[in-house]
Amino acid sequence: MDQHRHLDDELNSLRDRVLLLGGETESALDRAMLALTERNSDIAREVLDNDDRIDRLEVEIDRQCIEIIALRQPAARDLRFVISVAKMAPVLERIADHAANIARVALDLNNEPELKSVSELSDMAGHALRMLHEALDAFTSSDAVAAREIIKSDSEINELYNHIFHQLIEMMVTEPATATRDARLLFVAKHLERIGDYVTDICELTVYMAEAAFIKHFK
Amino acid sequence: MPTPTLTTRIAVPERAGVSHSVATGASTKIAVRNLNFYYGKTQALHDVSLEIPERIVMAFIGPSGCGKSTLLRTLNRMNDVIPGTRVEGQVLMDGVDIYQPGTDVVDLRRKVGMVFQKSNPFPKTIFDNVAYGLRINRLTASKSELAERVEQALNDAALWSEVKDRLHTSALSLSGGQQQRLCIARALAVRPEVVLMDEPASALDPIATSKIEELIVDLKQRYTIVIVTHNMQQAARVSDTTAFFLLGKLIEVNSTEKMFTNPSEKLTEDYITGRFG
Repeated sequence: MDQHRHLDDELNSLRDRVLLLGGETESALDRAMLALTERNSDIAREVLDNDDRIDRLEVEIDRQCIEIIALRQPAARDLRFVISVAKMAPVLERIADHAANIARVALDLNNEPELKSVSELSDMAGHALRMLHEALDAFTSSDAVAAREIIKSDSEINELYNHIFHQLIEMMVTEPATATRDARLLFVAKHLERIGDYVTDICELTVYMAEAAFIKHFK
Repeated sequence: MPTPTLTTRIAVPERAGVSHSVATGASTKIAVRNLNFYYGKTQALHDVSLEIPERIVMAFIGPSGCGKSTLLRTLNRMNDVIPGTRVEGQVLMDGVDIYQPGTDVVDLRRKVGMVFQKSNPFPKTIFDNVAYGLRINRLTASKSELAERVEQALNDAALWSEVKDRLHTSALSLSGGQQQRLCIARALAVRPEVVLMDEPASALDPIATSKIEELIVDLKQRYTIVIVTHNMQQAARVSDTTAFFLLGKLIEVNSTEKMFTNPSEKLTEDYITGRFG
């Protein structure tokens, strides 16, 4: 049974690594929003500096998945786990990229006069962070029921995005002088909306891992 | 403290009389009904019911001693030659019980050919090995027909191009992989309907194994193939359906794709992923 203990060790190590990537991604998003709302450029630069580490983690996870498939030939739930992780790592890395983009917006805006606050943007970020956190929890506990619930909540992010979109367009029309800065906030809202979509992808992978059911495009 | 045996560590659920079949769209070639098999007082198969569809490859998997080879040998009554064995239940081939009194066992074994783990060519020429079954069963009317059938069987076994210039040299001069394909050609020469393979590639190198596996996939166009293998990846590569056995019981039969990605039974999952207990 030694062979299988080794496989268990490798699967546990892979799980740890993807959860580490998930944690880093959550932190990047949280701190990027903090950099924006607190107008703190140091935090924004930290987020950007840490993005390389996140990229490296993604590559390490890729390599580890390939190695397990090539050398251990996992089957059934082990195979579904490895495949899910292999597909999840780039999704997390993309979320971190969006967080880095938000940090870049923060750096730009922090050099300019403060804008009228758009409180729904913070709500939207809070919702996206909660979704990401819960999605990682659902993945850890292989909880397909929770994953399906999180997928449903993506519609709230989409609604918030539509609302913010119209609000910012209105602000651009009424105060053309701040239009460039408003447009940057619009990008932030779009990044958050895309993050909601990526979290949905993570949840779909969790459902596949837990139930071997493909729900992508068939929800 | 003694090492726990498989028997003591695994509780296999009772599933008496449960029929196991997979919807493949093909008609049933062999139906095993409530089969029990005994070596003396030792029961090796417990109430196995299984349907093998026509022209597919079905793999039997399971740990050593699970009964998969025993079941394979019941399909052409090869167990009859082992003293003290006993069979209960039915094995229907095209709806006819092969264990009913009066069954022509020689004819049955012509219809249900077998390839063994270790290649076992006769100490004869390549040609005579393949021609053997045709001659003793008087299945050809002339020398030219015999030669034609030998060539066809060697072609079917993907061996013709490698041996056509040395048909009258000893079969024992062939490599291990070639000898195994020769045995497959010998089984195919008498035009069986079913081919049973008991770990046919376990003694071969990866290249020879790959040739046998490609051959198996090609042969299912015309034959029903049942293969016993310890190599899980081989079962995944060559078979359409897979049956998992444990301690003489059939635990699950399912499409191979489902079996290896999402088996229905926990015991199957534990075996496929290498975890028991």
